[in-house]
Amino acid sequence: MQVGVLAVQGAFAEHEHVLSELGVSCIELRNAGDLNKHYDSLILPGGESTVQGKLLRDSDMFDTIKSQIEGGMPVLATCAGLILLAQHIEGDDTVHLGTLPVTVKRNAYGRQLGSFHTVSELKGIGEVPMTFIRAPYVAEVTPDVDVLATVDDKIVAVKYGKQFALSFHPELDSDYRIHKAFIESI
Amino acid sequence: METTERYKLNKELAQMLKGGVIMDVTTPEQAKIAEAAGACAVMALERIPADIRAAGGVSRMSDPQMIKGIQNAVSIPVMAKCRIGHFAEAQILQAIEIDYIDESEVLSPADDVYHIDKRQFKVPFVCGAKDLGEALRRINEGASMIRTKGEPGTGDIVQAVRHMRKMNSQIAEIVSMRTDELYEAAKKLEVPYDLVQYVHENHRLPVVNFAAGGVATPADAALMMQLGAEGVFVGSGIFKSGDPAKRAAAIVQATTNYNDADLVAKLSEGLGEAMVGINEQEIAILMAERGK
Repeated sequence: MQVGVLAVQGAFAEHEHVLSELGVSCIELRNAGDLNKHYDSLILPGGESTVQGKLLRDSDMFDTIKSQIEGGMPVLATCAGLILLAQHIEGDDTVHLGTLPVTVKRNAYGRQLGSFHTVSELKGIGEVPMTFIRAPYVAEVTPDVDVLATVDDKIVAVKYGKQFALSFHPELDSDYRIHKAFIESI
Repeated sequence: METTERYKLNKELAQMLKGGVIMDVTTPEQAKIAEAAGACAVMALERIPADIRAAGGVSRMSDPQMIKGIQNAVSIPVMAKCRIGHFAEAQILQAIEIDYIDESEVLSPADDVYHIDKRQFKVPFVCGAKDLGEALRRINEGASMIRTKGEPGTGDIVQAVRHMRKMNSQIAEIVSMRTDELYEAAKKLEVPYDLVQYVHENHRLPVVNFAAGGVATPADAALMMQLGAEGVFVGSGIFKSGDPAKRAAAIVQATTNYNDADLVAKLSEGLGEAMVGINEQEIAILMAERGK
């Protein structure tokens, strides 16, 4: 098994660290050439979604990654990754990969002063640490989307087919159960 | 504990900026151009360093109204500069909910002895450093991100290279030491022992480290990334050049694909005029000498 970690911008090294702690091998996806390598699942890390979305297009990775996800390749998306997957972004006509039938609200907790850490229940795993950095949340879902976690009545984790998307950053905490569950689901 | 958790969140925001380019902007229009070109954050300031250098005189924090205009124009994080030691300017920037404060040698220092006690603030700080000692002193004061000082507003990369190489070689030296030698190293660097111990164990600074000062071309960005920078600040290099949008986008792509010379070659084509630049021997003010 090999995980492809989108490595155009953001906190991809943190995901790679968690994978290596779990003994799972991974490769970095930086440009179109990397997409020819073998990987059977994807991680879309945190960072700035505007930057990542632009680099996906500028480096001709967009169509391949979109069709891989549509074709059922498992994907774990955190923060900016959730925004890349969403079909709608509140107050913005931009759509990136658009494979996940949800509406996200960007910078939903305000500026950096609104960033926070909490511990909350994630369906199927239990209580997990959740770090929100200028985070989005999911404002709306279609009925076939499975809501995995809410914090203060806001949806912060969803599952749709093989797509797992989180508002928060499990890669920043030393609890690896979310990555482990993702790997086991592949 | 509240300050500790806040500090962790602030370091983590810097982690999200990694692999990205932070661009100096002076108007909401420039901020939008920077965002569209792929900036991971913008630095709002009234005058870019090249103009500060040309104008001379005392350079201060920007008008909060101007910063707010930029905050309203973009969705990416907005940073702003305050003078070294000017904690009242930093309080103002915190009051308008800036995402990151740059306690910067680009502005005229307000205090020639003390830096801001950054631990007293909830918003994060980035500070410049020429070497490991400066970096760890700033981190001890509460900085949650470090950048090389370079020499701002010159378009000359030599000083950023010097600062990054110095930092790397000092980190390598700390890593190679026996643990019983770390106390003496801390004494020589004039920094707390626990920070030296962190560097020894983790082979890196405790916070994210960007390159800044003199970056003007995609090749400059690729150079700094290959030297170990985790991202790049571009100040005067973009909006002092012939085609800012194109140059900005090229620097963004070069920062991601810094090891791909074929791509960086393509990105370097037809960018129009680069900023004119000043060689280090021609500079009247060495900004990097401010605040040690």
